[in-house]
Amino acid sequence: MQKIARTALAGLIAAGLFATPALAQQKLKIGFIATFTGPQGVIGNDMRNSVELALDHLGRKVGGLDTEIIYGDDQVKPDVGKQIAEEMLKKHQVHFVSGVIWSNVMLAVAPTVTSAGTFMIGTNAGPHELAGKGCNEMFFTTSWQNDQTPEAMGKYMQDAGLQDVYLMAPNYAAGKDMITGFKRYFKGRIVDEVYTRLGQTDYQAEISQLRSKNPKAVFVFYPGGMGIQFLKQYSEAGLRGQFPLYSVYTVDELTIPAVKHAALGQLETRYWSADLKNPANEKYVGGYEKKHGRLPSFYGAQSYDGIMLIDSAVRAVNGNLADKKGMIAAMRKANFASTRGKFAYNNNHFPIQNFYLLKAVAGPGGKDPVMEIQKAVFTNHKDSYSKDCPMKW
Amino acid sequence: MNVVLIAEQTLNGLQLGVMLFLMAAGLTLVFGIMNLVNLAHGALYMVGAYLTTYFFQATGSYVLAVVLGLAGTLAVGVLTELIALRTLYERDHLDQVLATFGLILIFNELIAILWGRAALYSSIPEYLSGHVQLTETLRYPLYRLTIIGIGLSVAVLLWYVVTRTRIGMLIRAGASNRTMVAALGINIRLLYTIVFGFGAALAGLAGLLSGPIYAVQPGMGELILIQVFVVIVIGGIGSIRGAFAGALIVGMVDTLGRAFLKPMLATVISPTAADLAGPAIASMLIYLLMAGVLAFRPAGLFPAAR
Repeated sequence: MQKIARTALAGLIAAGLFATPALAQQKLKIGFIATFTGPQGVIGNDMRNSVELALDHLGRKVGGLDTEIIYGDDQVKPDVGKQIAEEMLKKHQVHFVSGVIWSNVMLAVAPTVTSAGTFMIGTNAGPHELAGKGCNEMFFTTSWQNDQTPEAMGKYMQDAGLQDVYLMAPNYAAGKDMITGFKRYFKGRIVDEVYTRLGQTDYQAEISQLRSKNPKAVFVFYPGGMGIQFLKQYSEAGLRGQFPLYSVYTVDELTIPAVKHAALGQLETRYWSADLKNPANEKYVGGYEKKHGRLPSFYGAQSYDGIMLIDSAVRAVNGNLADKKGMIAAMRKANFASTRGKFAYNNNHFPIQNFYLLKAVAGPGGKDPVMEIQKAVFTNHKDSYSKDCPMKW
Repeated sequence: MNVVLIAEQTLNGLQLGVMLFLMAAGLTLVFGIMNLVNLAHGALYMVGAYLTTYFFQATGSYVLAVVLGLAGTLAVGVLTELIALRTLYERDHLDQVLATFGLILIFNELIAILWGRAALYSSIPEYLSGHVQLTETLRYPLYRLTIIGIGLSVAVLLWYVVTRTRIGMLIRAGASNRTMVAALGINIRLLYTIVFGFGAALAGLAGLLSGPIYAVQPGMGELILIQVFVVIVIGGIGSIRGAFAGALIVGMVDTLGRAFLKPMLATVISPTAADLAGPAIASMLIYLLMAGVLAFRPAGLFPAAR
């Protein structure tokens, strides 16, 4: 009896000895949610390409662990996003959920993930709710708070002394944030504020309305497919020469191939551009161009950064994925080579970063226009909701 | 609010209306005659847009591209009917919805494989770009006027074909009593294929016309398909006349609602409340209209004679 017990004990110890290295060699699972199908699928595709490129650059091992990425398609629907997140948490037992393009989807996904004690690493949407009172220690983003980019455009247009501006955006969480952000820094006269349906295809009615109001300038936020349609119709209606257009998230590397000359001369503000000079960005942009034969977009750069942020966290705790406190502390340092260059995290886990004025200029050799940095509008810009976030560190 | 703006918005509404009509005509014909719910109609719209864009870039001639695009969509439509849809006529609507939804996925993926997920650049030829000075103060894009012209001519042509020709007589007969037509020795299978092919070509026409103003991208058809279903429910399923009326009503209500609802609301309630409610109600308007029609005239405004 004693012998049996001793053998069993020895067996247990042996099993325990083997179990420890097995634990250290556990697999890292990351769920990545974006839109991969339909008219907005081009955004998700650029994000996936960038996530895969980040994996290539890390030798397919994030934080030194074997890594499995589970991709989920939210179809631009908050309920679908939430359902996918739950599946990733329960069925796949992921350690991190990342991605999410749309703010309304993010507002459904982030609480689901963080309340399950899992990390949410946002790589696009930055709704103000998550930056202020709703901030969470399990939530980080490698993008921006929604208001920040239009704040930069508002500041630029304010400094340029523009008046009688006409504002347009889709009618959803981020659309409202964009207009709020713009108005925080633009103090001139605003002719009208127009919200259109999310995913609207025809803007002719709004364009007629705009022309009848005769504004001095127009500011819009039309991401992805909506931007393509809006820019084409704006240009086709002959408004391009008549009313100067300023935009955020509308003219980028994904929409330019579809609108070509209709983008030329367009001004945008953004925290990142393909021509930003730093080693991480050159490695990312160069690698992407080589692999896919075209320039990446900011959606991709943020997603690449998301994987690099996770890598830095897992490395800091030597692959011990149970050490969530350790990973939070590591991520707060933003200790990785970001494509935007060095930046710091604010108390609400949103980046404190620079915002630049970009212009679509003629591409080399008569090719499609490319975005080029003109100047920095903000340096180390904080979002305006961080003061409402109770998190202190 | 001035007269010029109202006139311009009416033209916008008309343009959206005729575009919806081109889609709705094919869909309603197929439903009325073949009793087939074809969710993949939007896919044919996409095929038309892609083929024309592709041929325009390849040949440089817009007219040739339009002809090839239409012929190509017709061929794709006929092939789809022969391969996939023939077996579905006798099945119930749920099976048809499932099968044609599958076709949507297949077409979208196929297009993504052939041309990529990113939107294609499609342009209008030089001679159709620019503006027409309609009155002293009203300028309207020539291309959109062309769409209105083509849409209205197709409507007249369809009316002529359906009411004045032998094939139209067969179509009407097929819609009211399929079994009887078959019993009279008409090759009903062939009739179905022809009707489906022309429905597809009409969807292709709508797609190729919309290519230069909307984005040519995978899944573009589904964006418009929902509105098209609203059109045929309002107009009366299976009725061309209903599709025409429904399309114009939906086009007008949607456009005018988006344009004038907010300022109109602002005169009744506070401007801030109008700012919030205006866009929300405007985007619901056509669905409210559909709900109203379904409540008071469940068969639609111009139901097909049965």
